[in-house]
Amino acid sequence: MSARTRMPVGLEARQKKGWIGANRYLLLRRTSQLFFLMLFLLGPWFGIWIVQGTLAGSLTLGVLPLTDPFIALQSLVAGHLPATSALVGALIVLGVYAVLGGRVYCSWVCPINPVTDAAHWLHVKLGLSKGWQPKRQTRLWVMATALLVSALAGTVAWELVNPVTMVHRGLVFGMGAAWGMVAAIFVFDLVVSRRGWCGHVCPVGAFYGLLGHKSVVRISAAQRSACDDCMDCYAVCPEQQVISPALKGKPGSSPLILSPDCTNCGRCIDVCAMDVFNFTHRFDDRVDDRPDPLTAPAGRIA
Amino acid sequence: MSVPDISPDRRRFLKDAARMAGGCMLAGGGLAWLARDARALPAQALRPPGALAEAAFLSACIRCGLCVRECPYDTLVLAELGSDGPATGTPYFIARDVPCEMCEDIPCVAACPTGALDPALDDIDDARMGTAVLVDQENCLNFQGLRCDVCYRVCPVIDEAITLDVSHNTRSGHHAMFIPTVHADHCTGCGMCEKSCVLPEAAIKVLPLRMARATPAEHYRKGWEEKDAKGGPVVEGIIDLPDRLPGPGTDNLATPGGFEPAFKLPGTGQ
Repeated sequence: MSARTRMPVGLEARQKKGWIGANRYLLLRRTSQLFFLMLFLLGPWFGIWIVQGTLAGSLTLGVLPLTDPFIALQSLVAGHLPATSALVGALIVLGVYAVLGGRVYCSWVCPINPVTDAAHWLHVKLGLSKGWQPKRQTRLWVMATALLVSALAGTVAWELVNPVTMVHRGLVFGMGAAWGMVAAIFVFDLVVSRRGWCGHVCPVGAFYGLLGHKSVVRISAAQRSACDDCMDCYAVCPEQQVISPALKGKPGSSPLILSPDCTNCGRCIDVCAMDVFNFTHRFDDRVDDRPDPLTAPAGRIA
Repeated sequence: MSVPDISPDRRRFLKDAARMAGGCMLAGGGLAWLARDARALPAQALRPPGALAEAAFLSACIRCGLCVRECPYDTLVLAELGSDGPATGTPYFIARDVPCEMCEDIPCVAACPTGALDPALDDIDDARMGTAVLVDQENCLNFQGLRCDVCYRVCPVIDEAITLDVSHNTRSGHHAMFIPTVHADHCTGCGMCEKSCVLPEAAIKVLPLRMARATPAEHYRKGWEEKDAKGGPVVEGIIDLPDRLPGPGTDNLATPGGFEPAFKLPGTGQ
């Protein structure tokens, strides 16, 4: 372990880019989460009706229907063909996330994300072990199970327990049992499984991940030659496995993070003092592989 | 001993797959139990107007809450996670808390994006959220000869869904009782009657149709209907004996020594 990896995560970036610069995307993301939440809360709290409904299904300005495509899919396999309004809403959402990155939903919109991020923050503070780490594909199994139960029981099965819509519904319509759900997920992520819920279990994230398989907006490690192996990006990334193929790929390989697991949260861009990462699109595989004599550690094996 | 020529990856794959399948069976079983539990909608939980039959409704409703938002009387609420309740996130109302006010434009149905509330419902009088049943005659004030009448008065389909049927008050001997009588063909199940019942616990309650209604005895052939359909006696050659009823037009009054009524019917000129 080099001296750099022992330094506090993001310290170099803060020193070099300032606190705002080193937390730019985190701040943007929190703003986005708050923005989408407030869109739904302006009506019930202040009587400003821009958006009605919840993340499961909503109507914006009385004309734009939006439907969670995973819920619509469960409804479909349960034997109900949703009416036009819900179908159009689901297709719009499908289209947007298919372009932006499926799991952009997870890091920029989902109300559970701040809860699991908070759990992770405390997890790191307390120096807890990572605990139970089920396989990455677990969430796909959970998703398949939710669809299977939907089909067999003829109901939108995951909505019986889905913490995402439950918490959102709780915020919009009044909290009750949803607080218990928030606490349960926080505790699960804190002491049972690090990054457990979003990273391993949640079938909603799994669905949006599949949806974003060919999404356009991507993060690229274009300046990977500048990487000084501080490992800060790995420390902050909720889906660490997505980084290596792009960052540590052989010369000539794509610097793009093409894994559908990437949530486009941009945290790696924030914490990198060397500005290795940037947002771009999936056709931009330009890479600056020239070793920089100033920053490349001598004798590093690519 | 020979070592089989099988890659260890195969064993790992099978082990992982078995573990995943086992875990998913457990989780799926729990989920299926919840789904099954949620099917038994509690009797007092009524679905919004136009709701599909419960099984179809559960597959169609995406739990978005748009119907709740459009309800101008805050009648509808969304179910919370828990056992013995409506499915999580689905809309329902408790008539005794806030009944359905039967809006003419049915905004909840108009708001539903999925068709879980059937858009074919265009007249709120056709809604069948349940049906009122006068469940406790022993405590109903009208059944004691009092003129409470509140359930009848508040009924939005007054004189069709609830009528007051007059009968003799045997306790006083010379008063009438006005019996609230529900006609399920016209009752929308809005719950105004249950909400308004003056008793601490309502004597009239809206029950789900599955509990309140019998299915007609299809195998019964009713003599009077068969006779009407045929236009004559069903069995040929049967002698139609005179009915021994008091009143004009029957042979009893004409026959000397026959039945003499103890009272005079008004307007019969006798």
